Amino acid sequence: MAETLVIIGVALAKIVVVFAALQVTIMYLVLAERRISAFIQDRLGPNRVGWEGLLQPIADGLKFLFKEDIIPSRADKVIFVIAPAMIVLPALMTFAVIPFGGVLTFGGIKIDLQVASIDIGLLYVLAMASISVYGIIFGSWASANKYALMGGLRSCAQMISYEIPLGLSVMGVLMMTGTLKLEQVVEAQSTYVWGVIPRWNIIFQPLAFLLFLTSAMAENNRLPFDLPEAEQELVAGYHTEYSSVKFAMFFMAEYAAMITSSALVVILFLGGWLVPGLEALGLPQIVKELVQMGAFVLKVSFFLFLYIWVRWTFPRFRYDQLMRLCWKVLLPLALANIFVTGIVMAM
Amino acid sequence: MDEKPDTEGKREEIVREAHEMNFIDRLYLPALLKGLADTFRHLFEEKFTIEYPEQKRQVYPRYRGLHRLNKDELGRVKCVACFMCSTICPARCIYIVGAEAPWPDREKYPVRFDIDELRCIYCGMCEEACPVEAIELTEIYDMVGASRKDLIYNKEMLLEIYDRTKEKGGMKKWI
Repeated sequence: MAETLVIIGVALAKIVVVFAALQVTIMYLVLAERRISAFIQDRLGPNRVGWEGLLQPIADGLKFLFKEDIIPSRADKVIFVIAPAMIVLPALMTFAVIPFGGVLTFGGIKIDLQVASIDIGLLYVLAMASISVYGIIFGSWASANKYALMGGLRSCAQMISYEIPLGLSVMGVLMMTGTLKLEQVVEAQSTYVWGVIPRWNIIFQPLAFLLFLTSAMAENNRLPFDLPEAEQELVAGYHTEYSSVKFAMFFMAEYAAMITSSALVVILFLGGWLVPGLEALGLPQIVKELVQMGAFVLKVSFFLFLYIWVRWTFPRFRYDQLMRLCWKVLLPLALANIFVTGIVMAM
Repeated sequence: MDEKPDTEGKREEIVREAHEMNFIDRLYLPALLKGLADTFRHLFEEKFTIEYPEQKRQVYPRYRGLHRLNKDELGRVKCVACFMCSTICPARCIYIVGAEAPWPDREKYPVRFDIDELRCIYCGMCEEACPVEAIELTEIYDMVGASRKDLIYNKEMLLEIYDRTKEKGGMKKWI
């Protein structure tokens, strides 16, 4: 009985901690986006609220709360209200299966550093990413606005198209590790090639890494693939009619998806929380776990920075270029990657 | 004709070279990395932002900002109420009421001297027209008022601007 209570307590604590950490990361990611974009453009960015603008996210949040919440008179009210939840929910739920560390032993209790360890972790992530399309389509349709609808249609086509190279690029990794369980994918990368180079999947699957990264950016509607929003053409795309907290939820979903896909890239290709040569140091178990968690955060941060960096470097694709890239470049390359991986593994 | 250099063929060659891409170029990855390197360099470059209330833009010496009414050595207003500035003013923003001067060295002086800083177009024609260099435009550009009335500067306010800016001497040294 007591054991069950401990298990439930640990699970709830993990949910609360991960949810809170995710929210804080989203808030500060928005600030990072604004400041890094400013630096890239030789500006300073928001640096007034708090030291170097560190309280800016709170100011932003308050602003969203106090804005008028407008529902267009011709909108389909029920779907209009549901849509932001439809997009935030999968974005946050996806993170549940992301392992951010090994097993932490704390006073005799073993804690997996992961909210939910399920056998089909990777499949779950991909499925959840697909569900988030519904939020966008519902929101754009319910707005009764032509720009929103066009943005929704574009994102529908884009996200469904890019799911194919996204899924196929993971196949190479799956064939090598033979499991869909994300923590086992990480464990499989813990050995070394010739005793020195860590056996990270990026070394064996560099093409898959590039394909996955590109497709993930497209899947998250980030520049250079942000055609669903395309300010110059579609006002703001699918969230044109949204204001106040509902708009903030679309915003949050985008950043949550960014965090999840960065974490996924790290887990699949860069050895997750593993630090090469850490075992050799012979640190106590708990210190080792904390160092590994720090390493995971650092690796994910790099990819988050990359997302922002890429956004403020490259111009947007034209729609036909976007589709050509997906179907004529990424898809054949992903298939070729699977083919080559299969041949090498059979030899 | 034969003296003319054969630029046409050379130009074609340059254009072809610029457009010919080998396999590596066609992957676009080197170009993408170059772009990323470019923006990364800008992260650390000097910023152009002037943090306004603390830092202010250094204006050029010919800058035309808020007016001032100059005083002479005795601290009296220099203006002789000749109405030249209000006559030349294309925005009709200068309002003067002249009166008999209490001093022996001039006939008139302004009792009222109002400038509507909201109407003013800061062309500087008033200071060019002034025969006694009594009106000048300063480098002040941040005037604030809670109402339109606040930005109609009267004689006392304009003289006070002179006190605020007099250590800079005459505003327009090149005249």
